[in-house]
Amino acid sequence: MSLDVNLKGLKKNAFRVSKHRGETASRVRVPGGLINAKSMARITEIAEKYGNGTIFITNRQGIEIPGISMNDVDAVNKEIQLCIDEAKINQEERDKGFPASGTRNVVACPGARLCPFGCYDTTAFAQKIENQIFPNNRHFKIAFTGCSNDCAKVRMDDFGIIGMTEPQYDPNRCIGCQQCVDYCKIRSVGALKMVGGKVVRDHDLCIGCGVCVSYCPTRAWTRSKEHYFRVVLLGRTGKKNPRLAEDFMKWADEDTITKMVENAYAYVEEYIDPNAYETKEHVGYIVDRTGFDEFYKWIMKDVTPNEKCEINNRLYWGGKQYDRSNNLKSPGLNPYQY
Amino acid sequence: MGYILNVEALNQVLQKLGETYRLYAPVRKIGEGRFTNVDVVRYDFISTLEEIELNAKSDYSFKELLTPLSQTLFFFTEDQTQEAKIDTSEAIIFLRSCDMHAVKRLDDIYLNNGFADPFYQKVRDHVHFVLLGCSHAYDNCFCVDMGSNITTEGYLFSLDVDNDKVSCDVKDPEIAKLFDAVSAVKQDVTPKAVTETAVHVEIPETVPNTIYKNPLWDEYTARCINCGRCTTVCPTCTCFNMQDTFYTDNGKVGERRRVAGSCMINGYTNVAGGGQYRRTNGERMRFKVLHKIYDHRRRFGNDMCVGCGRCDDVCPEYISYSNIINKVNNAVKEGNS
Repeated sequence: MSLDVNLKGLKKNAFRVSKHRGETASRVRVPGGLINAKSMARITEIAEKYGNGTIFITNRQGIEIPGISMNDVDAVNKEIQLCIDEAKINQEERDKGFPASGTRNVVACPGARLCPFGCYDTTAFAQKIENQIFPNNRHFKIAFTGCSNDCAKVRMDDFGIIGMTEPQYDPNRCIGCQQCVDYCKIRSVGALKMVGGKVVRDHDLCIGCGVCVSYCPTRAWTRSKEHYFRVVLLGRTGKKNPRLAEDFMKWADEDTITKMVENAYAYVEEYIDPNAYETKEHVGYIVDRTGFDEFYKWIMKDVTPNEKCEINNRLYWGGKQYDRSNNLKSPGLNPYQY
Repeated sequence: MGYILNVEALNQVLQKLGETYRLYAPVRKIGEGRFTNVDVVRYDFISTLEEIELNAKSDYSFKELLTPLSQTLFFFTEDQTQEAKIDTSEAIIFLRSCDMHAVKRLDDIYLNNGFADPFYQKVRDHVHFVLLGCSHAYDNCFCVDMGSNITTEGYLFSLDVDNDKVSCDVKDPEIAKLFDAVSAVKQDVTPKAVTETAVHVEIPETVPNTIYKNPLWDEYTARCINCGRCTTVCPTCTCFNMQDTFYTDNGKVGERRRVAGSCMINGYTNVAGGGQYRRTNGERMRFKVLHKIYDHRRRFGNDMCVGCGRCDDVCPEYISYSNIINKVNNAVKEGNS
């Protein structure tokens, strides 16, 4: 029988349509980029049995198994069940594979489980958010990074969460060695200075990276008991207007963020263009239409930010606007060629 | 005189002691370590047994009570000075055998090295000790080879806790009365002590001057980051710096402090005119190591290092000081130092 496949359904079922006719790739969700060896072994099995023997690591820490015949989709869905169970992915019906693909894999750097600079358990937060928002067909990109180094490149995402710690200073344990001051300058933003043999921190300049804590030889600097976050909004790649996310909050807490993310989905349900191509419109472009104030109103609904949280009331994004101009800034021949 | 009692009874003893003494013991500080969600074990004041961290080596030593990391010595105005108040109430430090041996090193430097340091003496005169038994060695311990694994005197009582069973060897007759007053069985007790460690060192008897030029130090010029953590955790490091600071709202008054110094931290050997005697981290490491295993012995008769291994526990660059000792010993033995 000729192939008769509902491609829209296939895509929602987390299969990529290949350029090779009749072929597809299974997209495995890996929330926070952490997968156990058992699931990895199953993925290897599927790749060898149904795929072409290769495994693709995606840009968002997911896994794709290419070279699968569209005829084998049901069989692959049964086999992939183990990975869904092990990662505790929300599912509507067992043995039917992933129930959605719109909300992309939630990204996280290794974070505090491994990295000396990580300010919080990125994996756990990513898994918590995954559990809260998935399955969902709305196109959302959420990423978590442990510190201001932003190794997870969260400024390319709709919601970027950057870990912060509020350094706690005990002058009685400070020996004035200045290493915090020096390393803050070298590795961070230079928010510390020596005054009368002790250290003074500029709270406005401090980005909460924890470098001072890391380099303090006496535990005069320690991390705050509370974990804080910088929230950056609506960064994106793409053809029309790629741009970096802008700072929305600093010193926010976990509750504030989880509620905002949930609210953002309600906003999209309200304002998404009903005639959008393939019913797909990225949240950032919706905000471009409604204006930021409306988005702000929606995401802050019933949210009482923690006391320390500082909020940016209006955001302006930059980036190239290719739909307006594709001109290079200094066109012409390169004079250095001659 | 020994006593076997339970935790509740011991807490009654501690409560009684607390009426007279400040009790200073290793405490687990949740999340106060260098990295996120990592604890640190350091000394603080306690009132019950449960507050003491008995199942780990303390990252920082007891010495912070005797030689505070930062201590204001006196305040000054234009023509007057006023000594800072020092808490001279009686105190009991809970420490392990290696640290008991370290107390002697601190005394060597602050009391028996020419003249007695009055600030140290004031505190030291009121400090007493409780010996914490060691049922096993921890990572990087080498107390046995340094001869600091056993302590037989100098403590009020010893403390070994095995679940609810507390064993105490009580030396002080006044303290014994407190044990007599609670539910406790009299029985001979020997404090637990480590007799074998995984790490071994061999200290050279003498070190020729040529060790100064030995290439073994070059490795540490490259590896060491001169952060000084090894010396701040060390129970026997005693160096300090002076700070004169003037209050910002009245530049004519201020205070003089002494803060812990470190031969490993940049600036330690700076002198007027821009000189610096030990510039490379290898030279600094050489100075520290030889001080610990040779120079101190020449002056006081015993090695400064007590083998607690805290420096190896804390080094962010994974430099092993005990390994350096053995490298020095090998160099001396092979005669290529």
